[in-house]
Amino acid sequence: MKDSLIISKRANRLRRLASLLANGGLLTVTSLSMIIVIFIILFIARDALPFFKLEGFKEFFTSTSWYPAGDPPQFGAMAIFYGSLMVTLGASMVAVPLGIFAAVCLSDVLPFQVKQVVKPVIEILAALPSVAYGFFALVILAPIMQTRGPRLFGIAAWVALVPAALLAAYFLRGFVDSRIRNEKFRKATRNITFVMAIFGFFVIISRISSFFSGLTVVSGTNALNVSLILGIMALPTIVSVSEDALNSVGRELRENSYALGATRAETVFKVVIPAASSGIVAAVILGVMRAIGETMVVWMASGNSSQIPQPFYNFLSPVRTLTATIAGDMGEAAHVQGAPRYHVLFAMALALLLISFVSNLISEWAVKRSRKKLRGESS
Amino acid sequence: MKVIATLIMFVFMFAGNGFAGEKQLSLDGSTTVGPIAKAFAEYFMKNDPNLNISVSESGSGNGAKSLISGNCHIGCMSRPMKDKEFKMAVENNVTPTPHVIALDGIAIVVHPSNPAKALKMEQVKEIYLGKISNWKELGGPDMKIVVVSRDSNSGTFETFNKLVMNKGNVVNTAETVGSNGAVRSRVQSTRAAIGYVGLGFVDNSLKALEIDGVYPSKKTIQTGVYPIARPLYMYTDKYPKMGSLVYQFVTFYLTKDGQQLVEEIGFIPCTSY
Repeated sequence: MKDSLIISKRANRLRRLASLLANGGLLTVTSLSMIIVIFIILFIARDALPFFKLEGFKEFFTSTSWYPAGDPPQFGAMAIFYGSLMVTLGASMVAVPLGIFAAVCLSDVLPFQVKQVVKPVIEILAALPSVAYGFFALVILAPIMQTRGPRLFGIAAWVALVPAALLAAYFLRGFVDSRIRNEKFRKATRNITFVMAIFGFFVIISRISSFFSGLTVVSGTNALNVSLILGIMALPTIVSVSEDALNSVGRELRENSYALGATRAETVFKVVIPAASSGIVAAVILGVMRAIGETMVVWMASGNSSQIPQPFYNFLSPVRTLTATIAGDMGEAAHVQGAPRYHVLFAMALALLLISFVSNLISEWAVKRSRKKLRGESS
Repeated sequence: MKVIATLIMFVFMFAGNGFAGEKQLSLDGSTTVGPIAKAFAEYFMKNDPNLNISVSESGSGNGAKSLISGNCHIGCMSRPMKDKEFKMAVENNVTPTPHVIALDGIAIVVHPSNPAKALKMEQVKEIYLGKISNWKELGGPDMKIVVVSRDSNSGTFETFNKLVMNKGNVVNTAETVGSNGAVRSRVQSTRAAIGYVGLGFVDNSLKALEIDGVYPSKKTIQTGVYPIARPLYMYTDKYPKMGSLVYQFVTFYLTKDGQQLVEEIGFIPCTSY
């Protein structure tokens, strides 16, 4: 009895030691990633701050002359910030609508067996290395844009706008339908409105299309090229994260909606998407972050000219982004450690880091807020 | 980077002491000359496993500095040494002696369909300054010129900047790409483009232009008629002792193998064989 007690005491101590070790080990591993993040921020900031000390803030943020190797060097990064912004906006214009619609289609429209095939195929897009995208953009997309670009834009305008026009005409018809009381009059009016609306939209679309066809693409490596490619690269993230969000809405909400007599479209747009909005916002921000941070494609296919396009919304003009500038100017700058030319790249990296930090915070906040809202409504 | 390189060098030095008869050679300097120095070093080390040659690329200025301070045997430079550097060298009991090991020529290239055949140096400069922005102004078709330039890292950019731009800044609408190959692929697919590449990268898919009436070729560069070309140097302290390793290294360009290596990397050998 006494013996066994002693043994169990020792075993107990051993066990406690083991659990302490295991807990400590896990804590170390977990905090390691956090420590790494903190160190990255510290080290980037340490090399970024001397730039502002040497050159001040004004030129960096307000000038568009980027000549780090010039004599004297000029470090105006405004055009580069603008380039990053433009490319990111362009990419999200491509990726967000496509991604959300694809996610809705996957979660609520396609039958299960088809979905099992489609989703992995979309996710393959994420597995392709970015240099492959860049090569495609530079060697295939850029020349196509130069030779056949305007005609393709014309066709693309039709493809994108016809469904939108049909939908709009349909809604207009419904609107007219709901406004007119007279039974006989109503039927005729709504159909006339529908036909007139379609006709009007088609005229507008053909105008837009012929405007696009009349453009000339001087250089195929431009903001549009990069936006398209980055949009495609951001697509899998947006699709799979928002599809997960849509799925997690659950059967009950959908069935309740159907039980109240809602159609599938109404259920999707008025119930499922609002319920999943937090997840969708997170998905969009993740996708956009991918576009901001992407380097290789941008370096290869954006043209890298540090200018603000004329006019400012001209997507057919080459632009330069923060990431590409860091990548392109790093090699030589490493040899001039201590010079502003070296530190300016860290200043850019710090700016990128801050941008991603802020957008992460925004996404957290959005997710929390919509969760609260949902909880408030349900309780 | 430099610290790491130095550390590695030190490690090699100490490790090297263990082997009997191992010979050391260190080079530092221009990123343009770097590839040639590396190719030479590889060739030497392949033929003599006891050799240990280290090549750092830290820019011409640093090459001169290292040679003067005695940190390297050979300073690689893409420009001649400045008076100031000479003075400093002499004060440190170093007599810098240049060896021109190769020539570097840059061709101005356009799309094959471009009717332009020849440009003046001044016109090239004005195109890159953005003062001329349409081929029409040069008597060509009405196309906006797509100016293709290189990143500020590149040795080709450095040469171009020095020989053509004369310290003027390349217009900020110019597209910037990362390699000679990328310039070639942009220019061969863009009708209105103009770019510059090392002579070794000119092929049938591009059209090289005559500059000031001279077509860029091995011959015109070797004879010094073509204007956008420059010699590449290796500097040693005094003329190296005949037969020494340094001597062999800086005269390697005179051999057939050396010239072939120079040409493979896209430079022009100084001597025709």
